[in-house]
Amino acid sequence: MKVNVDQGRCCGAGQCVLIAPEVFDQRDEDGIVTLVEPSPAEGLQAAAREAAAVCPASAITIDGDQ
Amino acid sequence: MRENDLLRLPLPTDNPLEPPVEWEQLRGRCPVATVELPSGDQATYLTRYDHVKALLADPRFTRPTAEDGAARIAPEGAGGPAADGTTTLALPDRGEPHLRWRRQVGKYFTAKRMTALRPRMARIAEDLVDDMVRSGQPADLKAGLGFPLPVHVICHILGVPAVDRNRFSHWSDAFLNVSRYTGDQTGSAYAEFAEYMSAHIAATRAAPGDDLISMVIRESEGEGQGLTDDELLGTAMGLLVAGHETTANMIGKMVAMLLADRTRWERLLADPALVRTAVDEALRFDANLGFGIRRYLTEDVEVDGELLPSGTTVVCSMPAANRDERVFADADDMVLSRSPNPHLTFGAGPHACLGQSLARTELQVTLEVLLRKLPTLQLDVPVDELKRVEGLLVGGLRTVPVRW
Repeated sequence: MKVNVDQGRCCGAGQCVLIAPEVFDQRDEDGIVTLVEPSPAEGLQAAAREAAAVCPASAITIDGDQ
Repeated sequence: MRENDLLRLPLPTDNPLEPPVEWEQLRGRCPVATVELPSGDQATYLTRYDHVKALLADPRFTRPTAEDGAARIAPEGAGGPAADGTTTLALPDRGEPHLRWRRQVGKYFTAKRMTALRPRMARIAEDLVDDMVRSGQPADLKAGLGFPLPVHVICHILGVPAVDRNRFSHWSDAFLNVSRYTGDQTGSAYAEFAEYMSAHIAATRAAPGDDLISMVIRESEGEGQGLTDDELLGTAMGLLVAGHETTANMIGKMVAMLLADRTRWERLLADPALVRTAVDEALRFDANLGFGIRRYLTEDVEVDGELLPSGTTVVCSMPAANRDERVFADADDMVLSRSPNPHLTFGAGPHACLGQSLARTELQVTLEVLLRKLPTLQLDVPVDELKRVEGLLVGGLRTVPVRW
């Protein structure tokens, strides 16, 4: 699994960080999403998928998902 | 439906927790409907998930201002500044300036910061529950917990004293309500509120702390960065209002929905790990979210094959979209483990609710504390005796009578 974030679309809602803090974070200076773990281990993949599915700005996409 | 049957908002329901029957009909047969607002003005009403989500993120649909001549919600002379748009806060509402403002303020509301507030929130919630229990049952959970908790928290974030909360409640109510006060009453409430907040900002400037206003003031002292004084005032007033009725009402509605069918509550008692998804499901399931979001069209746009001309006012029903079977399986069931749950209660796109991590954290903490301290909690009245609050912008229940 490969996670991508589009910082230009991010609206700083932070839902991804609440769901998967091991995979996503927000920059202190503007609250925009950052990627902590671009290739999450299997145990984190469901949370990463959920974060992508609920992002209110559709800023998170996932490649190579099974 | 479109030609013959002009629907009037708000749509009536028999039970305050149930959606109006029209939503399903509209989503199926007339997803682009003409409706009449309480002002008598007409607007276009959208109820399907895909339409509402796309519109909320579409820059051609702007927030209405007083100059737009958009359809008004409240009749002339009634309704707070948020309803008639005449006294809009001095905040940039579109384009690059809006983005700049949002990032400046939004960074205070990151998930990490809100998670760090959890212990404080839990302590406040526990104290409020203890007070409620001491006062005896039955109790009104909205007055005892739902309302004071978010007020304490937003006061902490803004650095304003929680002892002034009764005044904030009045100002916030006058700001958001569209039917309870006259235009004069809301006007003077607004003036008092602005005066209070200006004095608070001046005091914070003299003695800054580690609250949001202090942070913004510090960062606005650089070269051309940060917010203007007007923007700072608008931000402080806007956040106080936004942090008030919304979460306060949602706590009451969430608990009422979970207790309306007590197997839901029991499922959470058996598996408290469901709290996170249960909170988002309550946000999705809430049929009493309020009026919907108004948007104004600055150019011709096609929605569902129908041309909406420039100048159209659109009302997006997020709660109708949240019940769309095209997106949510078993949409009319409250599924506490639902995942993913891409509901639109906090909006979508560049205007998505800035405080959503705060709201989610408060709702999760409240539910955890209630499950732990009052596992025997139950509604003290039949569900159909619960009453909605008057006014349209933020939906809620007047009281949530409980016993334990």
